[in-house]
Amino acid sequence: MSHLNHGHIPSGYTAYVGRKVSFVAGLALLGALLLVMAVSLGAVRVPADQVVRALAGLETDPRFQIIIRSIRLPHALAALLAGAGLAAAGAAMQSILRNPLGSPFTLGLSQAGAFGAAFAVMLLDAGTMQSTAVGAVTIANPYLTTLAAFAACMATSLVIIAIARLRGATPEVMVLSGVALGSLFSAGTMFLQYFADDVQLAAMVFWTFGDVGRAGWREVGFMAVAVALGLAYFIANRWNYNAIDAGDETARSLGVRVERVRMLGMIVASLITAIIVSFLGVIGFVGLICPHIVRRLIGDDHRFVMPAAGLSGAVLLLASDTVARLILAPHVLPVAVLTAFLGAPTFLYLLIRGRVR
Amino acid sequence: MLSVRDIQVGYNGSGLVLKNLGFSLEAGEVLAILGPNGVGKTTLLRCINAMIRPRAGSVTIEKTDVFSLRSDQIARRLGYVAQNNEAGRMTTFDAVLLGRKPHMGWKVSHEDLHKVSAALHQLGLDHLALRDINAMSGGELQKVCIARALVQEPRVLLLDEPTSSLDLKNQIEILGTVRRVVKEHRLAAVMTMHDLNLALRFVDRFVFIKQGEVFAWGRPEEINAEMVAAVYGVQVDILRHAGQVVVVPNGRDSDR
Repeated sequence: MSHLNHGHIPSGYTAYVGRKVSFVAGLALLGALLLVMAVSLGAVRVPADQVVRALAGLETDPRFQIIIRSIRLPHALAALLAGAGLAAAGAAMQSILRNPLGSPFTLGLSQAGAFGAAFAVMLLDAGTMQSTAVGAVTIANPYLTTLAAFAACMATSLVIIAIARLRGATPEVMVLSGVALGSLFSAGTMFLQYFADDVQLAAMVFWTFGDVGRAGWREVGFMAVAVALGLAYFIANRWNYNAIDAGDETARSLGVRVERVRMLGMIVASLITAIIVSFLGVIGFVGLICPHIVRRLIGDDHRFVMPAAGLSGAVLLLASDTVARLILAPHVLPVAVLTAFLGAPTFLYLLIRGRVR
Repeated sequence: MLSVRDIQVGYNGSGLVLKNLGFSLEAGEVLAILGPNGVGKTTLLRCINAMIRPRAGSVTIEKTDVFSLRSDQIARRLGYVAQNNEAGRMTTFDAVLLGRKPHMGWKVSHEDLHKVSAALHQLGLDHLALRDINAMSGGELQKVCIARALVQEPRVLLLDEPTSSLDLKNQIEILGTVRRVVKEHRLAAVMTMHDLNLALRFVDRFVFIKQGEVFAWGRPEEINAEMVAAVYGVQVDILRHAGQVVVVPNGRDSDR
């Protein structure tokens, strides 16, 4: 069709795309600055130049080396990665399920993780959870709890996917299955808690307070691989998600295999979430709210929404975690308490202000 | 250009919705699929677009069997404008750019951008290029969807009730646009429609479907009152006005 060969690109379009790219780049820069700040701040103040030297792999003052390398850096990186992973998974879920409430929490994955952890504590004799928070008791078998939480998360997503395969992968089927399974796992956790002794009950409740301080370098490594691969997958599918936004029929007519994109997207999002939840516990609202904030600021184009959602999640969780560490010093709040306090009013504000997709 | 032969379509557990249905279409022609609600018009479009596989029969475009193609290959031959289009917060330019998806590699090329600009120009949407589509009127959004289907560079356009929910001015504008681009690009277009008078004014040929089969077909001037009565169960008069065929219900079958 040679008729379509001589169009002139509107002059404003290049500037418009440039603004979106700048927004994403700005978030990346903000994330980098926050990382330096988060590692620098704490009971012992580490000078920013020492942090930058450590991040660049250069020699640092031996007084700070252990604080940076063993405590603050894995802690901050865990916050960055968990925030990015949860927000990107939330953005993908909202898009493929065409539901603004799509998030790891609304699809029952977090509740499943909590049940898995409670099950391990009570019946598999995993003992209690470790945490940087005050009053944490030492641990008998941390990996058993993590594995049980991961298994429960993945089982939930597999059940949702199986039901979706049986009944057609429509957004309604997937969301409602998630809600039903979430309730079931909440009931299961309550059942276990009712019969638990004091120490077990404390461990179960403690696990549900999502805390990035639980992660060591090994966990950070796992999360880095999962989040990087997942984010790359979501970004590779950006045009598929844009097409699904235009309606399932339109997407199919553009060559998108809608059910397949939906299924694979759910599997990847669930996998990222399961890894994060099983390592760190339940961290609510990041996955729900970051995609909404980003969509309000830069629109619904997934070329920009996906990287921006990931980066905004990283920024939000790292900032929240830094505040949570400092606000009641020397006590350290689990970050999930703060994200829930921040997230709920922010979400209501977005709703009142107008359009939430 | 497009050939539909002996199509049989049925949903799970039910009888056939379409039975041995067939027609063909040449380049530069616009065809209206007409018939009452629930007769299978949309099912037929979905079948042509390979969204539904028929139990029997074939659909070919330029002698290539549609069902033997991959989904992206189909999207390069068939452009589909759905009846319900959803509009997120995205500019007109980006919404139309989505139509280049079947041709796109990892990056959007200059060629993609130029084709989108040209399609916007052809549909008179240049001034709306940077406007968000969720703030648009129904007529403007419909044009955006047609532009999106056009940049797919298809050979055949399929439009599912393109004028439903549009006012009179927009109905005429949209159908005029479809006819113009079909003639200019030597495409073929198949539209499902309810409004007989609009269809007769803008299409080259019509097909009436009744009980899943082609009941009658012809050029607009060949329509007659018996066909309409048999398909819709309504008595009409066929009038000629300023070179146009007009179908007017005559009220003889009403309770009034």
